[in-house]
Parts: sequence; structure tokens; C-alpha cells
Amino acid sequence: MTHRTSPSPVALTASVNGVPVDLAVASHETLLDVLRDRLGFTGTKKGCDQGACGACTVLVDGKRVLSCLTLAAQCDGREVTTIEGLASGDKLHPLQAAFVRHDALQCGYCTPGQIMSALALLAEGRAGSDEEIREFMSGNLCRCGAYPNIVAAIREIAG
Amino acid sequence: MTTDTFEYIRADDIASAVALVSADPGSQYLAGGTTQVDLMLKDGVLNAERLVDITRLPLRAITRRGETLLVGALTTMEELAAEPVLRERAAFVRAALLAGASTQLRNMATIGGNLLQRTRCRYFRDPAVPACNKRAPGSGCAAITGPARMHAILGASEHCIALHPSDFCVPLIALGALVHVQGMGGERSIPLTDFYRLPGDRPDLENALAHGDLITAIEIPLLPAAARSAYLKVRDRASYEFALTSAAVALKIDNSVIAEARLALGGVATIPWRARAAEEVLIGAAPINEVFREAAEAAIVDPFTVPGTAFKVELATRTIVRALEMAAA
Repeated sequence: MTHRTSPSPVALTASVNGVPVDLAVASHETLLDVLRDRLGFTGTKKGCDQGACGACTVLVDGKRVLSCLTLAAQCDGREVTTIEGLASGDKLHPLQAAFVRHDALQCGYCTPGQIMSALALLAEGRAGSDEEIREFMSGNLCRCGAYPNIVAAIREIAG
Repeated sequence: MTTDTFEYIRADDIASAVALVSADPGSQYLAGGTTQVDLMLKDGVLNAERLVDITRLPLRAITRRGETLLVGALTTMEELAAEPVLRERAAFVRAALLAGASTQLRNMATIGGNLLQRTRCRYFRDPAVPACNKRAPGSGCAAITGPARMHAILGASEHCIALHPSDFCVPLIALGALVHVQGMGGERSIPLTDFYRLPGDRPDLENALAHGDLITAIEIPLLPAAARSAYLKVRDRASYEFALTSAAVALKIDNSVIAEARLALGGVATIPWRARAAEEVLIGAAPINEVFREAAEAAIVDPFTVPGTAFKVELATRTIVRALEMAAA
């Protein structure tokens, strides 16, 4: 594999979980890799790394997106929220607590992505029925098959 | 091999973005990135020396202009799906938008990019497969000789059966949408029906854009017929899956006679497929099952099938009939 001379890094300022961060990233670095490997937010998971599984879901400016297909360079001035941004100290976010209560996971690898996606789903007003939740959570795969309990946890918070 | 050395530039205005990319064959636009980042960085199928990020350009407005909706190219799929006018005047456009991808991807993907999304043909997307006329012109077509299922039966050639995967483009082409483009020669608009090229013997050439042309907006006619519309998508799982077959239908029915009809197909063709012959069967006829079946059969003419795609002929026919029933109900 041949490499050309690396282009200069891209400077950016973003807010991650409410804290401003200044970064110089390589043009090819994804938001997912920067969150995990440079900023230590390893709660965001790398599943397929190609936009098919939803494990890497985070919020950018309040909207759920896939961090594996987002270039970090594109996040200048954006507000990024990861799973680490939900709890207040040791107190879980109500949605996190609901996932625990409903046993909405088995291995847990997809869980941070499920919770971030569900948080956005609730804000979008799309948790009105089990059917609606299933449709609008379909971008988050769970290979353990915890889907019924994930739906139940979201329903509880939706009220 | 994946590309990991490219220059990233954030475009500040439309004219300089167009000038920059037009002047350099190694430059490409970057918008939502759901195709570009995937095929460049993950699959190693696309290559660019420079990506020009256009996401901050002022191309995100949705404007009602009389009986058309002018949609800025950087509007995301979710933003357009939330547009109230669509619910009332062209519900099948909204249905097709929401039938595509997942909410996460729809928050990223732009409607200009949706038109330019690349095929999901697994041979195209795997550089380890040597034969792909779309990726490497003249190398052959592994899909025609190998296992194929998610492939085209209409508009195909012996050189390529790669499918155009968009849902959104199906009702758009039914409505006769216009693509607004800015290039070095100025601004122009291209009817979506003339936008895509059939693969023929050059599957690598996919549309009417020259290098550096930038899609600035999509103009969607709010036809009277689109007030009674349906989009039906048939797929292997209930959500978050590409179509095996789909149909977009708009009907204007006056006194139990079909006065206007628009019909287009997805999941079956190398380009979003307008079925004009089927529209002609429908117009002036009664909205009944026999007519719907006749129209559906008129839509699927001389299919190019391989063993893995032969099932799509009947599935597409039934999809059209069902979509017509939904619209007429």
C-alpha cells in the first residue's frame, strides 16, 4: 500500500457531552474512532463500522447519526452526545434505568447505540406504539434478540 | 486497499466549491457521506484525493412555489419527510423517504445525495471481485454469472445488472421531478427522466452530470394525481432493508374512470423506472383489478433475468397491482 504525503490535519472545536474540545484530526478519521481512541469515550461501540448495525449511534446537534460514517472533520462547531453524557454521576438516566429494569440486553454490545437511538426516538415523538417503536428503532440491530425487552423499556419511558 | 490520505476542505460558497471540484478530477463533493465514506474508507471502492465538504452551503431550504416544491439538495431525508405539504399533496414521496434506510442514516443522507447513491450490487462493492464493468470498465460482470438476487431485471444489459437502490427516486420519477444543477457553464435543470443513463456497454457512466456539476435542488411537481398516491415496498425484512420490488402510484379518478395515472418501479431496474406503457393502459380505464393486472403486465416488458432474479417478474407484477389497489381504495 502506497501513501502520499499526509495532508495537514483538520482543526476543529466541538462540544462532547457538554465539554468543549479542541482537536486536530486526520481527514479520514471518523467521529467513532476519535470518540473512542482519542477522547476515551469507549461507550460508543464499533459494530459493523459501515452503517449497517447502529451500534455507533450518537447524537449530533440532538439528532441521531452513525458515528462510523461521520468524518470527525465534519463536526466542527457541533454538539456531540454519547452514552457517557446521559447519567448524572452515579444516577442513571431514566432510559438507562428502564433498560436495566426490563433486562433489555444480553451481551450489551449494542446497548449504548440502542439507548442513544431510543433517546432520539422519544424526542422525535415516535414511541406511540410497539409497532412505531419497532419501525423507528430498526436501524439498531441486536444479535442477542433482546428486541421485546428493548421495546418494553422504551414504552415505559414514553408513558 | 482503503483511501486514508485525502485532503478535506470545507466549502464556504457554491461558486468556489463548483470551481474547485470542476478543475480537479481528483476532487469530489462530500455531503451526508453515507455512500462516500462507506465506499471510500470502508470498502476501498471509491477514491478521491480531495473531498470538498458542501454541508455548510445554503442549499437546505424547502420552498413552495405554486404547484411545485423546491427542495434544496442538502435537505436531509428526515427533514423532507417532515414537510407537511407532502402528507397532503404527495404522500407517496413521504412514504418512500421513510421506507428507506434508518432514522440515523436519514438524518445524515441528503436528497441530492440520494439521487447519486451507488448500487448495492455486492460485486461492485467488493474490490476483491475482479469482474465489475461499473467499477473497472471492460472487466466483465460477476453478477450475471454468479449468484445474484438483489439485481435488476429492467434496463439491464449483458454488461451490468446492478440495481438502482433508491426508494425516494421512485415517486420522484413518477411525478416528473426536475434536478437543478450548477456547473462551470452556469445553472441548468434536468428532468429526472433524462438524468440517469442505462448501463448499456458503459455501466460506469451513470448520469447526465459532468465532473464538478453540483445538484443544488430537486423540484417536485405537486400533481393533482399525487393527492391519491401509494408507495409499496416489498423486502426481505419488515424495515431497514433494500427493496426486492417496489411501486409508486398516483391516480386521479373521476366518476369511476382513471383520468390521470403515474407509475414507477423500484427494486427492479438499473435506474428509477418510469412505466409509461402501464400508465397508458390505466388512463381512461376503470380502477378495477383486471385493468391493474393488465397495466402491471405492460410495465414488465422483456425482462433480463438470471436464475436468482427470475422471481422478480411475478413479484413486481403483484407489487404494482397491490399498489394500484392501495391508491384506488
